[in-house]
Amino acid sequence: MPGLEIRGLSHAFGPQGVIEDLSFSLPRGEIGCLLGPSGCGKTTVLSMVGGLLAPAEGTIDHGFRHPVFVFQDPCLLPWRDARDNIAFGLKAMGVGRRQRLERAGRLMEVVGLAPEDGAKFPHELSGGMRQRVALARALAVEPDLLLLDEPFSALDVGLRRQMQSLVRRLIAGRNLTALLVTHDLAEAVRLADRILVLSPSPGRAAALHRIPEPFAERDDGFVHCMVNRLLADPATAEALAVELP
Amino acid sequence: MTRSRAGRILDYVWGGWGAGASLLLLTALWEAGHGAYGTLVLPSPRDTVAALWGMAEAGKVLPAVLETSRNALGGFLAATLAGGVLGAAAGASDMMRRLLQPIATLLLGIPAIAWVVLSLLWFGGTGLAVVFTVLVSTAPLIFAGTAQGVRTLDGSLRRMALSFRVPARVLLWDVYLPHMLSYLFPALAAGLALSWKVTVMAELLSGAGGIGDGLATARVQVDTEKAMGWVLAVVGLLLAVEYLLLEPIRRHLQVWRREMPGAGGTGGTGAGGF
Repeated sequence: MPGLEIRGLSHAFGPQGVIEDLSFSLPRGEIGCLLGPSGCGKTTVLSMVGGLLAPAEGTIDHGFRHPVFVFQDPCLLPWRDARDNIAFGLKAMGVGRRQRLERAGRLMEVVGLAPEDGAKFPHELSGGMRQRVALARALAVEPDLLLLDEPFSALDVGLRRQMQSLVRRLIAGRNLTALLVTHDLAEAVRLADRILVLSPSPGRAAALHRIPEPFAERDDGFVHCMVNRLLADPATAEALAVELP
Repeated sequence: MTRSRAGRILDYVWGGWGAGASLLLLTALWEAGHGAYGTLVLPSPRDTVAALWGMAEAGKVLPAVLETSRNALGGFLAATLAGGVLGAAAGASDMMRRLLQPIATLLLGIPAIAWVVLSLLWFGGTGLAVVFTVLVSTAPLIFAGTAQGVRTLDGSLRRMALSFRVPARVLLWDVYLPHMLSYLFPALAAGLALSWKVTVMAELLSGAGGIGDGLATARVQVDTEKAMGWVLAVVGLLLAVEYLLLEPIRRHLQVWRREMPGAGGTGGTGAGGF
């Protein structure tokens, strides 16, 4: 089955070009990463892949039936409790209330939320719990493509590591394909099978890296080594220069 | 949150003891005032209730209450419709807001009593004059609430909802309306209370029937007991609307608004306005 195929993608908001001639392919079952500094058009590409935005030029082909987003901000409805928030996507699909809440209950367990958290409203949840609810909401609609828009960048370091391994486990366990957008090279190395580095505005493909090592072998030492090795590549270092100390 | 509905209703009713105690305290002060100043200035609570009861037995109170309610609710509904539609337009479009906002501010600045005089000149001493007065004095409040609600609709929530391909019905019901309600409800509550007060005032001056008309008659007869009786009737109406309708809705909203800006400050429907 075909994965994701982006060819010659260009887009502009008014006179300002955000993406120029971008091509990228991602086989099914892999995690791809768009890595680049803020404002290089990563989120724009993700929106176009998810069908929220029509590309001005170029094509995006994929055979996925159910792409779903997880945003940097959890975007929970403040007036619904956690369980109803998780079930929101199912409501859009017309699933009945009882079935919705049942499935939401199961997913709360999957993402590591306690049953009593289901009745809490977003303002009563911590940042990490809110992001878990957002993740469960995405998984509830049984997606085949996860579009992750910097979903961990608002979390502190410990929580971020926890969420990263949770997402990695879920993607592997459910045989999902995922496209991750981030400006954090270490995060990309920790999670992705292939990394497309984008240059600053307008975003162009600067370098493509593959990371064949299985996830189980990607400990802190490996991530550290790999980050250094990738930064030794002049194109990558130049594209990310604004983000480096 | 996990408690049953019956438990919550029982809690609400039990919480009424506090309100009851505060009203009884006010009655005691009233009685003391009666002792100090005499019947002509301040009839005793008992005589006031007796006067109201006497008028009720004569078949005067219920029709007056219904008439006043009809005028107030009619004006309020018209104001909600006009203020809501124009407010939504002003919230959605900058141009409409620049066009409509000064008019709303201007209308808010005109005292309700001036509207009574104008509408009497325009419509004569009919119920229509009362409804019109309520409409123009309440609509700006609802306009402002709606405009604010629409303007602050969260773009990221909309994007999230669209990413799940929600149908328009769900978008409206689950995303837009709850948000709007949090801005609109305080405006609606204040508007409803205001419309009752404005109605009584307009009725008093226009002689178009209702509680205001009863007050006018009591004034002509220099009958303080009856006047206080009518005041009691209108206060009873306001309290009923406040505690049977508005307060339960407010509590329902506050479940999720506890930590949001402005939460807990929605109390007080006591918008004066004249």
